Amino acid sequence: MGIDEQAIAEDLGARVRALLDEHDPTSSDPRDFLAARFDAGLAWVHFPRGSGGLELPRSFQSQVEADLAAAGAPPGGGGRNGIGMGMAAPTIAAFGSAEQQRKFLRPLFTGEHIYCQLFSEPGAGSDLAGVATRAVRDGDDWIVNGQKVWTSGAQNAQMAILVARTDPTVPKHQGLTYFVCDMTVGGVDVRPLRQITGEAEFNEVFLTDVRVPDANRLGAVGGGWKVATTTLNNERVAIGSMLGVTRETGMIGKVTEAWRAEPQLRNPAMHDELMRLWVEAEVARLTGLRLRQRLTAGQPGPEGAGMKVTFARLAQAISGFEIELHPESGLRYDDWTMRQPEVVDFTGREPGYRYLRARGNSIEGGTSEILRNTIAERILGLPPEHRVDKDIAYKDLDKGAAR
Amino acid sequence: MTDLLYSDTEEALRDSVRRLFADKCPPESVMRAYGPAPHDFSEVWHALAADLGMAGLLVPEQLGGAGAGAREAAVVMEEIGRAVAPVPFLSSAVLATVALLESGETETVKGLAAGSLTAALALPLSSAPDDAVAGVAVGADGLTGRVTSVAGASEADVLVVPVTGRDGLELHTVSRDAAGVDVSPVLTLDMTRPLGNVEFSGAASSRVDAAPAEAAVRTALETGAALLASEQLGIAQWCFDTTLAYVKQRKQFGRAIGSYQAIKHRLADLWIEVNSAAAAARYAADTAARRDGAAIGAAVAQAYCSGAAVHAAEECVQLHGGIGMTWEYPAHLYLKRAKSDQLAFGTAYRHRTRLADLVGLPVS
Repeated sequence: MGIDEQAIAEDLGARVRALLDEHDPTSSDPRDFLAARFDAGLAWVHFPRGSGGLELPRSFQSQVEADLAAAGAPPGGGGRNGIGMGMAAPTIAAFGSAEQQRKFLRPLFTGEHIYCQLFSEPGAGSDLAGVATRAVRDGDDWIVNGQKVWTSGAQNAQMAILVARTDPTVPKHQGLTYFVCDMTVGGVDVRPLRQITGEAEFNEVFLTDVRVPDANRLGAVGGGWKVATTTLNNERVAIGSMLGVTRETGMIGKVTEAWRAEPQLRNPAMHDELMRLWVEAEVARLTGLRLRQRLTAGQPGPEGAGMKVTFARLAQAISGFEIELHPESGLRYDDWTMRQPEVVDFTGREPGYRYLRARGNSIEGGTSEILRNTIAERILGLPPEHRVDKDIAYKDLDKGAAR
Repeated sequence: MTDLLYSDTEEALRDSVRRLFADKCPPESVMRAYGPAPHDFSEVWHALAADLGMAGLLVPEQLGGAGAGAREAAVVMEEIGRAVAPVPFLSSAVLATVALLESGETETVKGLAAGSLTAALALPLSSAPDDAVAGVAVGADGLTGRVTSVAGASEADVLVVPVTGRDGLELHTVSRDAAGVDVSPVLTLDMTRPLGNVEFSGAASSRVDAAPAEAAVRTALETGAALLASEQLGIAQWCFDTTLAYVKQRKQFGRAIGSYQAIKHRLADLWIEVNSAAAAARYAADTAARRDGAAIGAAVAQAYCSGAAVHAAEECVQLHGGIGMTWEYPAHLYLKRAKSDQLAFGTAYRHRTRLADLVGLPVS
């Protein structure tokens, strides 16, 4: 650490202590504490001043997080705002005006505004740029009509990040615009979407004449694809970082816990498989750590796609192995009722749940197949896939059957 | 806090080693290792060891070394892998040097650090860090016994020999040219890391261990395993970079073969694997340098990187098509080194077994 970095670290330490002195995290209301943390520029130290940051390199954030967590402070976003913290906030910081940052980031960070993501549609999955939801200008507002799907947390969300088509007469990537949308206004209809685990973690969201002020637009009209790419890159980093910071966290931890606690489960063939998975999980953890060490500043690029592919493959392999490890209890399932969980509880439930839920890991947030294209084209510079739709106006495309 | 990146000093060191190999051992020169008469690569080794001072990286400054550590030595290993360089860095500057340093020897290491001497540790290259060390016998007439598949034995001036003494393992040194020492070269799958069978028949040796020799040998093997992961990373990186360049340029059916998804996805997966190998190799180097969790770091890295290097080399051959299978194209040099490296210091199977002990996951 250089002299400058040392000085910055000391200054940050002093700011954290001052915050903790004035607002005891154990006795203050969590939302008040988070508001004070935001105002002190300690929400995201790499964000602009006034927007929860101090314009410092991103690398200093982890120390702030560690110090505050050690003092028992509530997590940013209030602990149930993953999409807000992981995807909306970095996008708003990158593309929002100073006024938009002031307006949106503070309630996002305090947890007053829970966010959801209105991106995927029945006809636009991997081909996200093919979204059909229309936004039509009406004075200072936009009127939005369409159907979104795979929206987790929509039933609890106050706000959404939304990609909609504002110009169908140009090729699909050029006619998109990105908005922050109030989920509590009229015309927003949220319906749970049940999945193979039995629960309804996601929703379908029907938008009927929903009014979104133009003041809530992020980036230029027609510039929505670029803004959405920032969100998706952050999403992949967020999913990839689910691999855990310490050894044997997450799914592999459940397996090693069972192996140690129940000697009757052990057999030599499974032991080598266990150790293969252990090594892969540990190397994935180290790869994620190395990626974070490289990502000291700026926006994550497409590199997070690699971590996401790895995370999905490992989650599926480990959860499949875990069922086989429990020859009898692996036959059982813990709960088929339709629950609407706020967060995915991967480790709190039984192996059968983990196995089924992990199937989605290679589909959500970019399928592993699409991400391999992303890596090959955007990182390795290999020729892009042939795109028959690239230069055709969106309205003239063959859209096939909606799924 | 572990640091999995490279410092500016490490990058500068890499540049100088890479330039040396580009100049002194391009693939067409390395190919001569497979010629009918053994080719002499000592010029490359002396340039690396003495001129660039790389032989002394692990030796403290007071003994004439660079006082660097495993992180820097790992960068040299990466470049050795990238060039399949036929130099005895691993056998002399890592294995023999660490064994001597750890046993408290201070004379031979000075020569090793200066690059004026080259040594080899008289153990099979396949010895795993947790193997029981079988030393050769010692009696009134000197050392007697046979050690097979010793890396760097033919290139060594000095053999560092684990010896079974009356009170346990001892460490001796003996000149390779001494009476009663015979080194016979072995025809190997990977001729770029020469192996020799060593026969002792009454060789007069010097006992050098001031500290326990068993622990010294174990640390040497563990450091070797940790740093071999970086060589494996270098092999994988060369294979990946070369294959990526080839699929962009090779055209079939009127388009670059790298435009086919069947090829693109294999390269995307290989990119992920090489990135992962980089994290594992840097972790092994870093934990070895800090001597904190080094046994686990080395075992994880060997369990992962040995397979990654072989996979990258196999993909390199496959995705080059026919040319990848030719004697003329250098892909096979990397495949042979990668496959042999899988056995050095124990296979991935062995390292997983060892890891299970280290992290408390018993087999039964």
